Amino acid sequence: MDKQATRDAYGKALVELGSLYDDIVVLDADLSKSTKTFDFAKKFPDRFFNAGIAEQNMMGMAAGLAAAGKVVFASSFAIFAAGRAFEQVRNSLAYANLNVKICATHSGITVGEDGGSHQSVEDIAIMRSIPNLTVIVPSDGVSTRQALFKLYQHQGPAYLRLGRPALPLIYKDDMDFQIGHGIQLRQGHDAAIIACGAMVALALQAAEILAAEGIQLSVVDMHSIKPLDKDITVSLAMQTGAMLTAEEHSIIGGLGSAVCEVVSENYPVPVMRMGINDVFGQSGTPDELMQHYGLTVDKIVQNIHLLLKKKTK
Amino acid sequence: MKEITEEAVAITIEKARQMRRNIIKMLGQAGSGHTGGSLSASDIVACLYFWEMNVDPANPHWPDRDRFVLSKGHAAPVLYAVLAEKGFFPIDNLNSLRTLGSPLQGHPDMRKVPGVEASTGSLGQGISWAVGMALAGKMDKKSYRVYTMLGDGEIEEGMVWEAAMAAAHYKLDNLMAFVDHNGLQIDGRVQEVMSPLPIPDKFRAFGWEVLEIDGHDHKQIMAALNSARTVSGRPTAVIAHTIKGKGCSFMEDRVEWHGVAPKPDEVKKALAELL
Ligand SMILES: Cc1ncc(C[n+]2csc(CCOP(=O)(O)OP(=O)(O)O)c2C)c(N)n1
Ligand SMILES: [Mg+2]
Repeated sequence: MDKQATRDAYGKALVELGSLYDDIVVLDADLSKSTKTFDFAKKFPDRFFNAGIAEQNMMGMAAGLAAAGKVVFASSFAIFAAGRAFEQVRNSLAYANLNVKICATHSGITVGEDGGSHQSVEDIAIMRSIPNLTVIVPSDGVSTRQALFKLYQHQGPAYLRLGRPALPLIYKDDMDFQIGHGIQLRQGHDAAIIACGAMVALALQAAEILAAEGIQLSVVDMHSIKPLDKDITVSLAMQTGAMLTAEEHSIIGGLGSAVCEVVSENYPVPVMRMGINDVFGQSGTPDELMQHYGLTVDKIVQNIHLLLKKKTK
Repeated sequence: MKEITEEAVAITIEKARQMRRNIIKMLGQAGSGHTGGSLSASDIVACLYFWEMNVDPANPHWPDRDRFVLSKGHAAPVLYAVLAEKGFFPIDNLNSLRTLGSPLQGHPDMRKVPGVEASTGSLGQGISWAVGMALAGKMDKKSYRVYTMLGDGEIEEGMVWEAAMAAAHYKLDNLMAFVDHNGLQIDGRVQEVMSPLPIPDKFRAFGWEVLEIDGHDHKQIMAALNSARTVSGRPTAVIAHTIKGKGCSFMEDRVEWHGVAPKPDEVKKALAELL
């Protein structure tokens, strides 16, 4: 299976978009080589501004540019874009409902060796709690490109959560990406996995293994954390009666919480949340860390077995 | 005021050389990390720990110790190198840099490593810690001093200037900040990415005593440390002109050596230059 990092797909798509639309402006905060805005900067130097190591000012400048009619894509690592600049995102971008797309790379623990200080496991939770803000977590390079085109057309602020390592490509180029609509990748009635980002490919592998055991799962790529796809969530609860959420993020406040909110209010069934269990990350290779924090195919398989026991109780 | 003797200078120069060798080795072993900014900071950090500061490796939490906060936390290897050299933990531990379960995280973690005074890595925050520590020293009428080191890219963070304002406001003459002015950040030269220049004038305008030195000249570093002790009623900033990657000719002043580790052949080449 071919692989591509979502940040690489972002960098490429940004250049494509820049060629199509003159009103796009890109900002970065001294990380353009890592966030991949560098290619846009080379191609369109007049529409790229480096804010330097000053993420809060970058978000403020983004607000001003958007208020003056530009469509702004602003990038840094997730920890700094959502973390350091949280209040600027909240008050300058979201409260004012401005057309700024925050494209945050290096999210989650797969940042790897830089360690816990740089591994954002809270960004979905804090971004999701902000009114007006759309939150998207794509699972592969193809859907990242599609998401970027949709976000350009979308009016208003958004947070796009991207990652550092290469991920398997799940989709074909003509895939249909709609903000607010999860993508059902597999149909089965025993339980449902709702996943986002790096966990989608792992969920598909786990479903394959379980199918061989005679357990049929539905698997949904819930790239759109906000607005969450309520219809698909509730109908899966009805069809399967047991759900597992999987995300490379804290189990507090992220996709798992969003799904629980919808399920508990509409059609309560057991939901098991897989993610980082309320701890900080640490240094290690991305693969070692995914193992260490239990974000693996094996762990999904185990958890589905546990979940099915709960279901029959 | 301590006398700057040839003997003392020979010692810190030798320590800096050992530290640079260990920085190269640990980064080579780890396969990732920040090489250039660790090497540019080595001489100042060596002078702090082997000439200036009062610390006790056997008692890292001694309340009266001097404190050093590495605000540019990505240069963790220089901090680990000096702490190991000083005896806070065995030199052999340096080999575990950036590996799963190691206390030597990619960025310094004060809860994991004895001698690390602050968990840094998010740029701009360390200087504020240093202000707080200096303030506590004043409150408790202690004579310890607080030192911090910033990158010249790091000072683009607005928070640095909030801290600078607070330090002068509270007359923290027990605080000293070094700016490792190597002229480079990640995306290029500081003047081209987001110019923080002129740096001395900015600190002066914020009410600091300001010194400018060659950050690789140990006598100048020591003289600056001496001179800061004579200043009363305001903090001292030392703008240290340095070379990123100092000590390894093929890394010096090269932006691409910010965040990459040397490969095995590069480790050999570098160590051959650090004899
Ligand atoms: C708040 C924050 N933003 C971005 C980064 C990513 N980053 C790490 S090092 C660095 C460049 C630092 O340049 P400088 O301060 O000049 O350090 P030096 O040249 O001494 O290595 C950046 C942008 C960070 N660690 N913290
Ligand atoms: Mg620098």
